[in-house]
Amino acid sequence: MKDERGSRILANIVFILASAVCILPFLLMISSSFSSEKSILVSGYSFWPRQFSLDAYKYLATNAAYLGHAYGITFFVTLFGTAVGLCITLMLAYPLSRSDMPFRNKISFLVFFTMLFNGGLVPTYLLYNNIFHIKNTIIALLVPYLLMNGFNVLITRTFFMTNIPPAIIESAYIDGAGELTIFNKIILPLSLPIIATIGLFIGIGYWNDWFNGMIFINDAKIFSIQNVLNQMLQNIQFMQNNPDIGTRTTTELPQTTVKMAIAVVGALPILIIYPIFQKYFVKGIVIGAVKG
Amino acid sequence: MEVIARVHKHKKRNYKRYIPLFLMMIPGLLYLLVNNYIPMIGLFIAFKNINFQLGFFESPWAGLQNFKYLFASSNAFIITRNTLLYNAAFILINTSAAITLAILLNEITRKIIMRIYQTVILLPYLFSMVIVSYLVYALLSVDNGFIDKSVLPIFGIESVSWYSEPLYWVFILPLVKLWNQAGFLCIVYLASIVGINKEYYEAAKLDGASKWKQIQLITLPLIKPVVIIMVLFSIGKIFYSDFGLFYQIPLNSGALYPTTNVIDTYVYRGLLQLGDIGMSSAAGFYQSIVGFILVLVSNLIVKKVSPENALF
Repeated sequence: MKDERGSRILANIVFILASAVCILPFLLMISSSFSSEKSILVSGYSFWPRQFSLDAYKYLATNAAYLGHAYGITFFVTLFGTAVGLCITLMLAYPLSRSDMPFRNKISFLVFFTMLFNGGLVPTYLLYNNIFHIKNTIIALLVPYLLMNGFNVLITRTFFMTNIPPAIIESAYIDGAGELTIFNKIILPLSLPIIATIGLFIGIGYWNDWFNGMIFINDAKIFSIQNVLNQMLQNIQFMQNNPDIGTRTTTELPQTTVKMAIAVVGALPILIIYPIFQKYFVKGIVIGAVKG
Repeated sequence: MEVIARVHKHKKRNYKRYIPLFLMMIPGLLYLLVNNYIPMIGLFIAFKNINFQLGFFESPWAGLQNFKYLFASSNAFIITRNTLLYNAAFILINTSAAITLAILLNEITRKIIMRIYQTVILLPYLFSMVIVSYLVYALLSVDNGFIDKSVLPIFGIESVSWYSEPLYWVFILPLVKLWNQAGFLCIVYLASIVGINKEYYEAAKLDGASKWKQIQLITLPLIKPVVIIMVLFSIGKIFYSDFGLFYQIPLNSGALYPTTNVIDTYVYRGLLQLGDIGMSSAAGFYQSIVGFILVLVSNLIVKKVSPENALF
């Protein structure tokens, strides 16, 4: 009994510490963004604003139109990419889950093989850039890497195989339902857990992606919010009077605090909605790990 | 009668029935063709001397020239060493940390508290490496960083230029990776600990086994298969690294390349910053092939250890 309590106390201590380590960097970021430039220059980034100030946000507000635009791109890419990616993932996974499907094993292997071997960055980049010419188009944020992957297809396929009894499909077919009707009316309503999970993972992939923007886009007008963050990390003056993107700032740039404020702007939406999707996220990790 | 006829027809593989299903698969398969299969074929450019005027196919063959250049430079050794050692460190450190956390988390009986901890430690995993590099910058910046301005003075240490001394990054990068990934792995291992039959522990308690003994003799042996599989699959991916971690966190600082350059960042810089397609395609080819061999080997081992978990 004593043993039990001791271990529970130890667990709580360790997890309170671990939680602090996980949260504190975000606190440092948020607190610093609400500090005055002068206090940061004197005493550095800190966990509590030594001198409260909204200057960094006022500066960002002068470029609100551009930041809003970048957010618009992120939202569009995330919603559209997730919707399309989810559709083609489900549409590929379902036929492969059917034990009666002709060529099922051969096609499954084609999907699976993409998990084992890949051409890497150079051929992928040259294909998209020099042959499909997607440079500086929104397609560059949507298509390469993120739309669909073999892993998600195989997880979804396993879900269909283990959760949908073939007898349901067969009896609907005998009742005269076509394959598409069966998929839409029977399979999809039974698959909401996997749709939520896969959709969430595709969506986070799009939301967080900066790599495609970095390699394919140098026109700041089609930067997603992650690309703006990436750009500001290297050049904090990126939004200061940049005629290419139509930003005009008369206020002086409070460099050190804007750096944190822009990071807050980038991180905030996820911090806000995370508690809502947290449950599916944990489930998704477990499903993914079990399968590979 | 009709039902029987249909079933009979089905047995003879009524391909017509499957036409809609084949059509459904087309977009996904087309995507894999473009995004995955054509680039695989494209690996051949490692053997070419690419001239954009001539195009990929007409460019002259270079034989093994690109590889000779790559392996003659010290870079090949450095990037291979960095990739392997960092990944090995990540596997070792993060796996042991995650198992420890998972065992401890399982000790917490209040469901709601357990869920709060779970939610919090998973938080770092959610953010892009760009955001994480801002966080690391807030800690390590020479002029304004929390560590330089608030922590080091306590110990009477002058400021440290973290972003120009390669040696520090040997420790910083594993710490950032641990922060980023431990929660994720903890959830994975927790799932397998939760799955252990409670009766084992009840019986052990009746026999007077201490908590530590229970962990040693029940928990660890029972999650061993999952651990082995997770580790082996990580070893299969040991030739690939987390690009964002090695590129963003050190702010792409040239002074740090000796300890932050890995195969992925080398290929990226060769292709997009230096325009050296020969060298970077050779490095990419080397990564793809060795990576593939490692996946096959680790799968072979998984197959020996626990056949039902093997990928193929």
